[in-house]
Amino acid sequence: MSLNWFKYASPATFYPLAGKMIPWFAWAAALLAAAGLYLGLVVAPTDFQQGDAYRIIFIHVPAAWMSMFLYVVMAAWSALALGFNTRLSAMMAQAIAPTGAVMTFIALWTGAFWGRPTWGTYWAWDARMTSELILLFLYFGIIALRHAIDDPRRADRACGVLALTGVVNIPIIYFSVQWWNSLHQGSSVSLTRAPAMAAIMLTGMLIMSLAAWFYAIAASLARVRTIIVDRERGAAWVSELPEVRNA
Amino acid sequence: MDAVATPTPIAADAVWPAVRWAAARDLKLALRSRGELGVQLLFYVIVVSLFPLSTSPERNLLATMGPGVLWVAALLSSLLSLPRLFAGDHADGTLEQIALSPYPLGALVYGKILAHWLTTGLPVVVLAPLLGLQYAMDAESLAVLTVALLVGTPILSLLGAIGAALTLGLRASGSLLALLILPLYVPVLIFGAGAVDAARAGLGVSANLSLLGAGLLVAMVGAPFAAAAAVRIALD
Repeated sequence: MSLNWFKYASPATFYPLAGKMIPWFAWAAALLAAAGLYLGLVVAPTDFQQGDAYRIIFIHVPAAWMSMFLYVVMAAWSALALGFNTRLSAMMAQAIAPTGAVMTFIALWTGAFWGRPTWGTYWAWDARMTSELILLFLYFGIIALRHAIDDPRRADRACGVLALTGVVNIPIIYFSVQWWNSLHQGSSVSLTRAPAMAAIMLTGMLIMSLAAWFYAIAASLARVRTIIVDRERGAAWVSELPEVRNA
Repeated sequence: MDAVATPTPIAADAVWPAVRWAAARDLKLALRSRGELGVQLLFYVIVVSLFPLSTSPERNLLATMGPGVLWVAALLSSLLSLPRLFAGDHADGTLEQIALSPYPLGALVYGKILAHWLTTGLPVVVLAPLLGLQYAMDAESLAVLTVALLVGTPILSLLGAIGAALTLGLRASGSLLALLILPLYVPVLIFGAGAVDAARAGLGVSANLSLLGAGLLVAMVGAPFAAAAAVRIALD
């Protein structure tokens, strides 16, 4: 059986598909978050060094991972949009940007609350924090550029060029902890060696990461549906949608 | 036969004439409005001299702050001069004619960036040691600062060209340009100021300078094409 992926490259066919996928991802995110938070806040033991303050990693680390990952995904959609001139790819990139900015903000905010009891300061001008802050500015720049351009097709391509230029920063953020000996500790999780944390903590964190990922997918799909309806409002199929007709 | 062997007659041998032509044209235009260039340099000098007035004229503090202040001022004066890169040509339609020419747009943009750096980046590099003296920096730090600026300021012009082209003809394009470009400038700032700090601390400067050099090479390869793509987007 061969799936015709291009069928869903059209907003008209993707709109109902996205609508069908949203509840699945949203429920999966909710259930995984409930399980992850239960593991993280109830089951996982108190850390012998950091006390209970460490428990913020169950939010902080997934948000930080997603902030970088979503930028890469957004840049990939932008590259597709620029390369193949597909409208839906650009709409996906547009839909991901706010979720990425929120994840970056959560990572910075929870990091500050974790830093206060642990390092004794809300903020330090350390490599990883500074580059995460720059990532937030990159998201803001893309969103601001989008709003400054009236023609959505021009905005698509301009934001695409900007997103692809900014993607250089992602490896800098990711490796900053290794390149600069900074206040922020190195990664506790790695594919090449045993994790430097208890298995139960790691499981909780990974489940929370999956929850953050599914949440990001559900939120982006919900946003892309509103973008599709907004941009295709002149099209006949949009005016025949029950939610548009009854509005 | 020849026509078959070379299906695209304007390829490699058209790149350098295009770069030279665009650079010479923009240089000539810039030198005919020297006042504007002077104002930009004065902006750089004034920003640099605000810091001792607002913090403290104490020599040790100045020597510590100096590299960072000079770099931030270089970033700001680069940012201030970026609209000149395309805005004038965009307003009178020249940019459209440039984009229509059979020469590769990337090469023409490259020439414009080169002229921009020669008229706004290079003077900043030349002035930096003099201003560094006012910040009580020692000879070695001054030398490292100048080299770092020499490698780093072309990156500012190259990256800035992308932002300048993306914001062509938009509302509030000046502040938008700052929001788009300053985050991209940050790695240049960190490595550039870091090189001088390393020299002051007696550590090797080669790591920071090598990273700056690598950044320059990447920007030289990628930025003109991104800027040319952005120019085409703006002209649609």
